[in-house]
Amino acid sequence: MDIIEEISDHHLDVLKEIGNIGAGNAATSLSQLLAQQIEMTVPSVRPIKFQEIPEAAGGAEQIVAATFLRILGDAPGSMFFIVPEEDAAPLVASMTGMEHLTVDSELGSSALQELGNILSGSYLSALADFTRLNLQPSPPSLAVDMAGAVVEEGLFELSLASDHALIIDTVIYEHGTETKSRGQFFLLPDPDSFSTIFTSLGVGFHE
Amino acid sequence: MSETAANEIVKVGMAELSIATIPQVLRTSGLGSCVGIVLYMAGAKTAGMAHVMLPDSSMAREKAINRAKYADTAIEDLIELLKGSGMKEKQLKAKIAGGAEMFKFSSNSNTMKVGPRNVEAVKHELKSRGIEVTAEDTGGSSGRTIEFYIGENGLKIRTVNQGEAVI
Repeated sequence: MDIIEEISDHHLDVLKEIGNIGAGNAATSLSQLLAQQIEMTVPSVRPIKFQEIPEAAGGAEQIVAATFLRILGDAPGSMFFIVPEEDAAPLVASMTGMEHLTVDSELGSSALQELGNILSGSYLSALADFTRLNLQPSPPSLAVDMAGAVVEEGLFELSLASDHALIIDTVIYEHGTETKSRGQFFLLPDPDSFSTIFTSLGVGFHE
Repeated sequence: MSETAANEIVKVGMAELSIATIPQVLRTSGLGSCVGIVLYMAGAKTAGMAHVMLPDSSMAREKAINRAKYADTAIEDLIELLKGSGMKEKQLKAKIAGGAEMFKFSSNSNTMKVGPRNVEAVKHELKSRGIEVTAEDTGGSSGRTIEFYIGENGLKIRTVNQGEAVI
């Protein structure tokens, strides 16, 4: 049975809460890192067709800096932290205090990598605390390339079982600049992980 | 190369396949670990393109599979579509692109080798059907957008760092 057909509105609310807690913790980390107030949107949780995922990440050919990690442990899945290329340079500049740092320089790229590590780690540890599941990150990896191309590897497990992804999408931004995204988190649990996540939170789920 | 603006683009999404006829141009955007397969025939006005995500339909964990998602079934269906437009399987040729590893991982997890595995599966399936791969741009660590110009039979490949090339 396709997982998507099993998910109720109540399940979607639970997944939204997961997005809230994970991205909330990451936003706090970023606030401290940049000494700026970072806020986040209400997570959007929706089942979307694979064909629509590149659009959700900014457009198939939009160049993005993507940090990707696999979640290992009780509820495996894929996680992305995605920053549009044009926003990545200002982000590493304010992080390092070096105004002219570019993303394709060695220092810029390693700063961005480090940022991705911190934020995805902080997202995941909040998630593990909340669900009381054992969730370990694989070493995160950074790629700066077309949004469509970077998301494909994260869809592997999911694509064996479905043509849809249930994507938990949260955008973080600087206080007072709602239109200016600082980045976007995508959490894509593997098909078998939904039941583990729901059970751990005391929500019934029958496959 | 023809001017894209003058031609109607037929977009092929992730896990989709399509055929098109001159002056249409077949296009798929943002190929990462997936592989874009073009099947064409010299002198023909029709060609087909698939954007496959996974090596083999035997891996599927779903009951009703989307055949365009897997290398083996996508190639089979694309051939059937082209045969339906009067083309002969034995005269078909292939150009392929994609199968990159976008992220560098230290682990040897199979999940992360999906790009090279896709390329291998596509080549294996084409070979078993006697379809020659006349050109390929596979592997590496760059995303690709590809466009196929039917008739000229050129496959235009665009990457972020290396610009455009035609194979």
